[in-house]
Amino acid sequence: MGLLKTFVLGGIHPPENKLSAGQPVRTLKVPDQVVVPMGQNLGAPSKPVVKRGDKVKTGQLIAEAGGFISARIHSPVSGTVFKIDQVMDMSGYRRTAVIIKVDGDEWMEDIDRSDTLVTEINFSPEEIIEKVKDAGIVGMGGATFPTHVKLMPPPGKSADYLLINGVECEPYLTADHQLMLEKGAEIIVGTRLLMKALKVKKAVIGIENNKPDAIRQMTELAAKEEGITVQPLKVKYPQGGEKQLIKAVTGREVPSGKLPVEVGCVVQNVGTTFAVYEAVMKNKPLIERVVTVTGKALSNPSNLKVRIGTPIKFLVEEAGGLPEDTGKVIGGGPMMGKALATLDVPVVKGTSGVLLMREAESHRLPESPCIRCSKCTQVCPMGLEPFLLSRLSRMGRFEDAEKEKVMDCIECGSCQYTCPAHIPLLDYLRLGKNKVGALIRARSKK
Amino acid sequence: MNMLTISGSPHLHSDNSTRKIMFGVVVALLPAMLVAVYYFGLGALEVIVLSVFFSVFFEWLIQKYLIKGPLTITDGSAVVTGILLAFNVPSNLPWWMVIIGALVAIGIGKMSFGGLGKNIFNPALVSRVFLLVSFPVAMTSWPKPHPITKVLVDTVTGPTPLGYIKEGLGAGKTLSELIPHLPSYAQQLMGQMGGSLGEVSALAILLGGIYMLWKKIITWEIPVSMLLTVFVFSGILWLINPQHYMDPVFNLLTGGVMLGAVFMATDMVTSPMTRGGQLLFGFGIGLITMLIRVWGAYPEGVSFAILLMNSVVPLINRGFKPRRFGKVKAATVK
Repeated sequence: MGLLKTFVLGGIHPPENKLSAGQPVRTLKVPDQVVVPMGQNLGAPSKPVVKRGDKVKTGQLIAEAGGFISARIHSPVSGTVFKIDQVMDMSGYRRTAVIIKVDGDEWMEDIDRSDTLVTEINFSPEEIIEKVKDAGIVGMGGATFPTHVKLMPPPGKSADYLLINGVECEPYLTADHQLMLEKGAEIIVGTRLLMKALKVKKAVIGIENNKPDAIRQMTELAAKEEGITVQPLKVKYPQGGEKQLIKAVTGREVPSGKLPVEVGCVVQNVGTTFAVYEAVMKNKPLIERVVTVTGKALSNPSNLKVRIGTPIKFLVEEAGGLPEDTGKVIGGGPMMGKALATLDVPVVKGTSGVLLMREAESHRLPESPCIRCSKCTQVCPMGLEPFLLSRLSRMGRFEDAEKEKVMDCIECGSCQYTCPAHIPLLDYLRLGKNKVGALIRARSKK
Repeated sequence: MNMLTISGSPHLHSDNSTRKIMFGVVVALLPAMLVAVYYFGLGALEVIVLSVFFSVFFEWLIQKYLIKGPLTITDGSAVVTGILLAFNVPSNLPWWMVIIGALVAIGIGKMSFGGLGKNIFNPALVSRVFLLVSFPVAMTSWPKPHPITKVLVDTVTGPTPLGYIKEGLGAGKTLSELIPHLPSYAQQLMGQMGGSLGEVSALAILLGGIYMLWKKIITWEIPVSMLLTVFVFSGILWLINPQHYMDPVFNLLTGGVMLGAVFMATDMVTSPMTRGGQLLFGFGIGLITMLIRVWGAYPEGVSFAILLMNSVVPLINRGFKPRRFGKVKAATVK
C-alpha cells in the first residue's frame, strides 16, 4: 500500500466502533410529514418561496438562498405545504421551517431518477457551478458550507488541487465509506465535474486505511481517469478536518485565518461529490442523503438513504428502535456531533449520522484540577495550548485568548477527549471563540 | 425514555484519568522500591510505608479541617509524593523525621499552594531539602547496602560514592588513590552503594522510566536532555583533567541523577508544558547539578537543581510555545 501519509501535529486515536460498516445503504420510506428547516447551510438562512397550502413536487424549489453565502432548498417530498413555522432544529433553537404533508411521491419531471451512470460531461465550468448552485448543494461532511461558493475562488486566487474527503475519521460513522463502495463510479464523475469547474488538473481522494475495500475500489476506478489518484491515509483523528487533510495529502499548510484556496486547494466531501454528480448529470437537487444510524445498544446499526426533513425518530425505528437505556442522542459523530434534546428533530443536509449512546456512556465525569500534563497541547492538531486558552476564557481574558490564537481552534475535541482531569476544555474554548469573534466584529465596525 | 443528556462535544473520552496516571507512576516506582528493600532491608520498607501513610494522612487532615474543601486523597498524588519522599532520604532516617518530612512535603510543598496541580515546586524535593538543612547528620548518614538474603547484621554506615570522592579530593588525595575503593559500575547500576533509598539502582529506575514512556506518562525530552547534559558536561571536564574529575558514566550512575531525571524532574505539575521548554528545563537541571557537584559545597546537587529550575517553569512556558499550525512564512505559501 506504500507509505501512509497523515498530518503532522497532534491527533488522537479514539476507538473506531464502526458498527454499521459493510451495511448496504437501505432507502428509508418517505414519512407522512417532513420538517425542512431554512437554516441548513453555513451563512444566511434560506428564504421560503412557498406559502401555506401550496402543492409541491419532490425536487421543487421551496426556498431561495438568503445571501451570497447561502443555499437553495428543495422539497424532499411531494404534497402540500402544511405550515411555515418556528420549529426546534438540531441546534436546540426554534427556527423557521417549512412543514410539508406528504402525498404520494411525485417528482419534478426533469429529474433523472434512474440508476444509469452518465459519464459524458457536456458542460462548461460555469454551467457546472450554476447547476451546483441551483441544486442547493452544501458540504455534507457536517460543516454545510455552500458548495458553489467554494467553486468560485476569490479574485486573484486559484486552485491547483482538488481534494476529495473520504477520510471519515469520526468514530461510528460509515455513511461515506458505504457511499464510496456503492457509488464509486458516480463519485469519480463528480470529481471530474468538480475538477472541470475549478479548472484543476489534479484530484486526490483521501481515504483512511481502515477502509481498505473503499481504497481498493476507488483506486481501481481512478486508474482509468487522468489526474485522479487515491491517497491512503494513516488512521488518525481529526484527519477529516480540511486543514489536516490538505497537510496530510499535499504537505501544504493553510495559513492561520486563511482559506484552503490560499494554498491552492479545495476540499469536497465524498457525499458532496456524489451530490454534485446527481445535480449536474441527473438534474437532482439535494433532497436526500446517506445517514449512519448507530450505537452499541442499537439492534440494527444501519446506513440509510433518507429524505431531508425526515424526523430522526423514523431513522431510529428503522435501525431497530430506541434502546431502553439510551442516555444521549447525537446528531453527527461522537467527536463533533451535537447532543439532541429530542428525536423529533429532522435530518438536514449536514446530518452525517445519528448516534445513540447508552446511559452509562452519556455523562461526563467530574472535573478535577489540571495537573499540567500537557496532553491537550500534545494532541492539538492546530498547535494550540487548550489548557491555557480555557484558563484565559474562564478568567475573561479574551484579548489574550485572541493573541494565543483561540480562533484557530477547529473544535475537534481532541484536547477534551484526552484530558485526564476531565476538564471541559472545548466548552471554554468555544466560549473564547464566541467572545473573541464578537470583539473582532466590533473592531471591524469602527 | 428518560430525559436525554445534553452536553457539548466531544461525547467520547479516553479512559485516561489523573488516578490512572498516578498509579502508573506508582507501578513505575516498584522496581526501585524492591531494590531498596533488597539492599537496605526492612528499614527502607518502614520509611516508605510511614512516608506514604503520613503523606496521605496529612493531605486528608488539611483538606478536611483546614481548607474544608473536597477530599482528593484517592487521586493517588499523595501516594506518589510519599514514595518519592521516601526515595530521597536515607533508609535509616528516624521515624519522626519521616513524619515531619511528610508534613512538609504535603503541607508546605503542596497544600500551601492550593493542592494538586497548583504547586510550583516538587513537594518531595521541598521536603528533602528541608530535612537536609534541618537534620544534616541524619540526612547524610548512609547505611551500606546489604543484600536482604544474607543475615541481617548491624547497620553500618558509610559515604555515598559522590561524598567519598568529594571528601577525598578535599583531603588532598588523588583520584587514582580513591577510585579502587568505589563500587564497580555493575554494582552502581544494580544499586549496591550508599545513597538515598530509592536512588541507588540506575537499572531499576530506568525500568520504571521505560514503563512510563511506554504508558505515555512522561515524554523523553526532560530525562534525555538532563542526562545528556550531565554526561557531556562531566565528559568535557574528565577529558580536560581525568586526574581531578570523575568520568561521565560515574556521574550518571551515582547520586540522584537517575532518580531526578526519571521521576523528579518529569513531575508534570512542576515541569514545562512544551517539548522545547522541556528540553531547556532538562538542560538547566543537568547544568546546575554539575555546577554544584564540581564547585559547590555539597557532593550532590540534583535536588537543588530541580527546585531552581522548577521556579523558572512559568517563564519557560511563556517563552516556549508549541509550533502553531498555519504559522507559515509568506514565501512558503504557494
